[in-house]
Amino acid sequence: MKKLGRNTLHQVSLELNGVARSAMCEPRTLLSDFLREALGATGTHVGCEHGVCGACTVQIDGVASRSCLTLAVQAEGRRVTTVEGLCDRGGPLSDLQEAFHRNHALQCGFCTAGILMSCGDYLRRCPDPTEVEVREMLSGHLCRCTGYTPIIRAVLEIAAARRAAHASSALET
Amino acid sequence: MAGDLPVKPQAFDYVRAETADEAVQQLCELGPDARILAGGQSLLAVLNMRLATPTALIDISRIDELNYVRAGNGMLAIGAAATQASVEWRPGLAQEVPLLTQVFPFIAHLQVRNRGTVCGSVAHADPSAELPLALLVLGGEVVLRSASKRRTLAAADFFRGMLETARAPDELVEEVRFPLTANGERTAFTEFSVRRGDFAIVSVAAIADAGGLRVAVGGVADRPRLAQLPAGLCGADLDTALNDFSWELEAQDDVHASAKFRRHLVRRLGAQLVRRVTENRS
Repeated sequence: MKKLGRNTLHQVSLELNGVARSAMCEPRTLLSDFLREALGATGTHVGCEHGVCGACTVQIDGVASRSCLTLAVQAEGRRVTTVEGLCDRGGPLSDLQEAFHRNHALQCGFCTAGILMSCGDYLRRCPDPTEVEVREMLSGHLCRCTGYTPIIRAVLEIAAARRAAHASSALET
Repeated sequence: MAGDLPVKPQAFDYVRAETADEAVQQLCELGPDARILAGGQSLLAVLNMRLATPTALIDISRIDELNYVRAGNGMLAIGAAATQASVEWRPGLAQEVPLLTQVFPFIAHLQVRNRGTVCGSVAHADPSAELPLALLVLGGEVVLRSASKRRTLAAADFFRGMLETARAPDELVEEVRFPLTANGERTAFTEFSVRRGDFAIVSVAAIADAGGLRVAVGGVADRPRLAQLPAGLCGADLDTALNDFSWELEAQDDVHASAKFRRHLVRRLGAQLVRRVTENRS
């Protein structure tokens, strides 16, 4: 059992995008604030802070989760992936990011980091989604610019591309 | 104030319990101002808005012995640390408890179901939450555990009012049990909300089996409510029964919908679902 007292700082260590990181925070500090303010990973955005808008979505041990509805102390020892982990700084974008770019699936980009983190988890679990299923998954994200249509197009495009790549690599071996 | 990070909830002590015994011991020691934290998908929203100000949170999310979903003895038993997603993505759920496969897509969003727990939603007892409604209409059970004893309550006895349950302050909702589907049972669920994933203005579940017809409604009264109707009820008799039920719920006007609109939805969605569970399969 671990007890952490209120109003005092405690060390929280986690793996952020493959790198061991740690910083001090109170038990009440949200993971979203911990990532942005304590670790400086500001790619994760903060919108409604009650789980509705989806902007703060990150992956915890690969599972898309609201970082505003998770305490930093709950992420102790976990593997946290944020939008910064999708590609190397200055390196080529990931396939999903390229597809968002190609399809104009973002305008202001505020919601995009969260949407990308949801899509990554979702496509691993559900590699051949229908348009209705993609819409259902995206219902957990608010986007006030795009009208969603280009986002859906980008997600379906990448799902199909990944399936084709998987099929051809299966043929090679 | 320690550090210079932004804060939202009021300060609390955090206890990470490693066993269920530890969790209930802590609940007993820390008193009624301590709260259990599992997925946190209802609790943290409430804390962020400071609608609740517990002095301590007891985190049970890493307790392996509470993280299970098991079918046996006619029930699907779900432990306190099991996420909604772990039930939703369970192979065979449609054969075990078909109503749950109909209900899950309406519960908040995928990203919330990934962390939110089934027991947590039942313990929170929001009057418009889907899982309490499903537990009630199916005749499920809630297992409560304190440091000194364990007791099992029928769902109908567990939900007492708006965010109020029969749980004593020193008790943990250790497990909820949904009855496995019986032969010939037919189920349906739907709800009306302003946006997908929002709290339901009205949610309705219907079950038809050899014993008759059950219709349950969430989002209207202070807790999910159940009506037992005679098998084969249809036409004007069904309309009358649903209208009576809609008035019994004592709907209130609020910023989301008028009482009149809620009664309308109970009648319309109720009739729609009763047709779905009683008409011949095409």
